[in-house]
Amino acid sequence: MKHLSEYRDGALASKIVARIKAISKKPVRLMEVCGTHTVSIFRYGIRELLPSHLVLISGPGCPVCVTAMRDIDKAIKVARIPDVIVTTFGDLMRVPGSESSLQKEKGLGADVRMVYSTMDALEIARQNPEKKVVFLGIGFETTAPTIAAAVVAAEAEGIKNFWVLSSHKLLPPAMDALLSGGELDISGFICPGHVTTIIGTAPYEPVVAQYHTPCVIVGFEPLDILQGIYMLVTQIEAGQSRVEIQYRRAVVPEGNPNALKTLYHVFEPCDATWRGLGVIPNSGLALRKAYRAFDADALFDLEVPDAPEPPGCQCGDILRGVKTPMECKLFRKACTPENPIGPCMVSVEGTCAAYYKYSRL
Amino acid sequence: MCLAVPMEVIEIHGQNARVGLGGVVREIRLDIVDKRPEVGDYVIVHAGFAIHWVDPEEARVTIELFEKMAAYDEAPE
Ligand code: SF4
Repeated sequence: MKHLSEYRDGALASKIVARIKAISKKPVRLMEVCGTHTVSIFRYGIRELLPSHLVLISGPGCPVCVTAMRDIDKAIKVARIPDVIVTTFGDLMRVPGSESSLQKEKGLGADVRMVYSTMDALEIARQNPEKKVVFLGIGFETTAPTIAAAVVAAEAEGIKNFWVLSSHKLLPPAMDALLSGGELDISGFICPGHVTTIIGTAPYEPVVAQYHTPCVIVGFEPLDILQGIYMLVTQIEAGQSRVEIQYRRAVVPEGNPNALKTLYHVFEPCDATWRGLGVIPNSGLALRKAYRAFDADALFDLEVPDAPEPPGCQCGDILRGVKTPMECKLFRKACTPENPIGPCMVSVEGTCAAYYKYSRL
Repeated sequence: MCLAVPMEVIEIHGQNARVGLGGVVREIRLDIVDKRPEVGDYVIVHAGFAIHWVDPEEARVTIELFEKMAAYDEAPE
């Protein structure tokens, strides 16, 4: 456990690659759902190690990237309300809304603060009792229980100036939506490690049963990813489709029941709009009635008009895995990490940002 | 954004813990962890919370598996 080097051993990696090459006969397209995988795959040059008939496709697993333009506009609307302190995870700051970003609002005087944990946001609420502290709840199943725990702590402590604007999303419904759309041609999913730490393997069973698409839950070190690919290729070559765990040091089949209990004590599933994927039933999380006192949507009028996507931006198709950034005319030209046009270029886990940083094409 | 790292538990006070990794020390919460750690255990930390108690046995098994896979071409069955 102590040494990360055990998971990064180059000599072992090349032997695992040789094993993959030895067993892989059929053309294979694997989608890595999670943005953290996208970054690891680029950082360790894993695409270059694989035979050319084995293709890796990036999916919708960057929480910032899949946040609908409307939800960004809502966050900006909150930031403009007097006496509000907006607290958020870093990546959201620079995402362009229809006419501004949180960073621009901050420059114009809005009180927007980056935090590492919701507990930091709660501390800001404690220290500023005369202000309304709103936390922008963005993230998947890994993050949502931490937001729920903060709400529970705020209730227990009687903190009355803390609200959550929830744009949380659930990944398995999105995987189902991607496959049911029919435009995505993939042979297996590299499933998100830390999301599965929380939810366990059961939510993937319907995907496997309905679409016969193998799902392997994979860790984030290079050897984890290679071993995960080996496990997927093994299933594909044998014509099997199962849910398997490669990332055993972080994932058990039942997930984390304690985190799930906290999560669903505070939140309930709701329909949610994903950038590029549209509305997916039961793929979001809303605060339960009992926790309405913490719901920013209930406190403020946050209606915003629908806004079109930035002209030319292909983020939607990229998030669905049907296009790569190179197919966007703005990539590396009008759109760069310094001047991002779409969210996939803003977040470090965004597919466009990863291609920009690591790919020479 | 679902980035999470294994860190060693250094101190525990109620629901708060101090964890460390390679010189980085952090204050985290234990509210949602699946199994309460003891000092010296590793937990996976995400956004200020422990989300998983790491079973050292599972970590060992993974590394053994890598080695087994790597040894395969040297000693085919
Ligand atoms: S390169 Fe920029 S404009 Fe093109 S899809 Fe990516 S984020 Fe959108």
